[in-house]
Amino acid sequence: MFSFCSDPSTIDGLSWLACYLTNGKHMAFWGSFGVVMVLLAITAPAALMFGFGGAMAARSRVLPIRWLGKGYSAMVRGIPDIAFFLFVPFALDQGFEWLRHKVKCPDWDEPIRQGNDFVVCAAAKMPLSSSPQWVHETYGFFLAVLAFAVVFGAFAANVLFGAMRAVPHGQMETGVAYGMTDRQVFWRILVPQMWIYALPGLSNLWMILIKATPLLFLLGVEDIVYWARELGGAKTSIFAYPHPDWRLYYFLGLLVFYLSLTKVSETVLARLTRKLSHGQATMAGEQQRKAAA
Amino acid sequence: MSCLETIQAYGLRSLGIGERLLPRSDFTLCEQVTLIGSGLIWNIYFGALALFFGFFLATGVALAKNAEHPLIRKPAEWFIFLFRGSPLFIQFFLAYESFVLLPKSGIELNLGFVEITAATSWLTRAWAGALIVLFLNTAAYTGEIFYGALRTVPKGDLEAADAYGLAGWSRFRRIVWPTMLRLAWPAYTNEAIFLFHATTLVYFSGFPAWRQKGDALYYASYFADKTFNPFVPYPIVAGYFILLTLLIIMLFGLINRRLNRHLPQAARSRFRFRPQVIR
Repeated sequence: MFSFCSDPSTIDGLSWLACYLTNGKHMAFWGSFGVVMVLLAITAPAALMFGFGGAMAARSRVLPIRWLGKGYSAMVRGIPDIAFFLFVPFALDQGFEWLRHKVKCPDWDEPIRQGNDFVVCAAAKMPLSSSPQWVHETYGFFLAVLAFAVVFGAFAANVLFGAMRAVPHGQMETGVAYGMTDRQVFWRILVPQMWIYALPGLSNLWMILIKATPLLFLLGVEDIVYWARELGGAKTSIFAYPHPDWRLYYFLGLLVFYLSLTKVSETVLARLTRKLSHGQATMAGEQQRKAAA
Repeated sequence: MSCLETIQAYGLRSLGIGERLLPRSDFTLCEQVTLIGSGLIWNIYFGALALFFGFFLATGVALAKNAEHPLIRKPAEWFIFLFRGSPLFIQFFLAYESFVLLPKSGIELNLGFVEITAATSWLTRAWAGALIVLFLNTAAYTGEIFYGALRTVPKGDLEAADAYGLAGWSRFRRIVWPTMLRLAWPAYTNEAIFLFHATTLVYFSGFPAWRQKGDALYYASYFADKTFNPFVPYPIVAGYFILLTLLIIMLFGLINRRLNRHLPQAARSRFRFRPQVIR
């Protein structure tokens, strides 16, 4: 990074630290903070979509669809979420490979489960064993995002289902009185109004989502926890930058990162609540109206 | 091996009693159910003890956060923010790394007349180290719940206590504390459920499973790794935890009934499942 970093053994003090914190592995470490942010940015809308679908299904008039929706939102209730994080990527991976196996190798006659092994033909492997390293990493990350979206979608389905029921019934009846169809009432009256009722639950979920991101480590993604353990471990003098066991300081750094993320989110969500309360038939909305008048 | 023999060999495997070697091939359903069930002992151990000790600290934290004096209030606020604002996973790692850094031989304490050596190596074991983290963590979450309940104790109850000449400790013991518990109980039930769920993190977060004595999820992932078949062990874990959750809801429901026994039926606070307190 810096010109004076060419021979780390000759420098010490602050310049040593500057070189140490900008070497190749640390760049990967800083990059992994980006991975966490990308995960949050992709998962939050995806989970919201899953949740919206789940809540809509739970309100459906068709019985099997309603069961599906209710079952989906109930699944997170009794079971630890980490069990899902271990199960979902594993199961999805095998599901994809099984589907591709059925399509690509129709004349394969051996069983897929041979004792303790899961065997599919080479063309059905996900990703193909010939593909480069980054494809494997991206695929692993993609599975992790999907697992997060499925689990948090179930939480969001709970929240959104409650919010849809909390919108005052008179609002919908007014819509019907103006000649709107059921679909129009849902999209034009219910959906725009439900967000303020869903917001407390959704902001809670966002906080939980932030705090669930270190679980990426369990899914084999090279995230901040992975790098903190890797870089913090004691390095002998064979390494360019020898140091004793510094894992404690690395994890302290992660702790500060998460605490500040929480603090920033709290501030932003408080602002959002104020904005969404505007013009609503709730206590907060009423207070805003009176303050303005 | 018949199923009964399997239960004898592996029923208490997570405590180190019975067969040393875990099954390595030809896994039967009975082996998976037994071993995962034996791991559940640790989940119950962590959850129950953390919940019990955390309850008392949480009461103290809630009272401290409600105090007027900033020297008492601020530490409580920071404690709650620290443990609620960061992932439990990171807390586990941090605790483990700092326990490892303590000197192996123990710390010499000089009390003037006698010297004692405080052993520290047990702190790096999951049964103690992870329990301490879970205890502090649940104390922070429960402290916030209790604090919220403390703020909503009805004014009339306090005025009635004044009218009867209750003050200080007796007012707290007889009026404020029972009312606080009654108001907090539905939320506290949720906290208990998710604390038990959080105990599955212990063996994935730095604390090593010494001699393969692990919890339910540890054994489930062992089987999933060996058989490449996640569709058997994880649903077994799920089944066990659903049973555990139902048990918690039942026990807490009984306590809730007792806390509410003086109220008319309609005014009683009911438990509603709110998935808001996972960490």
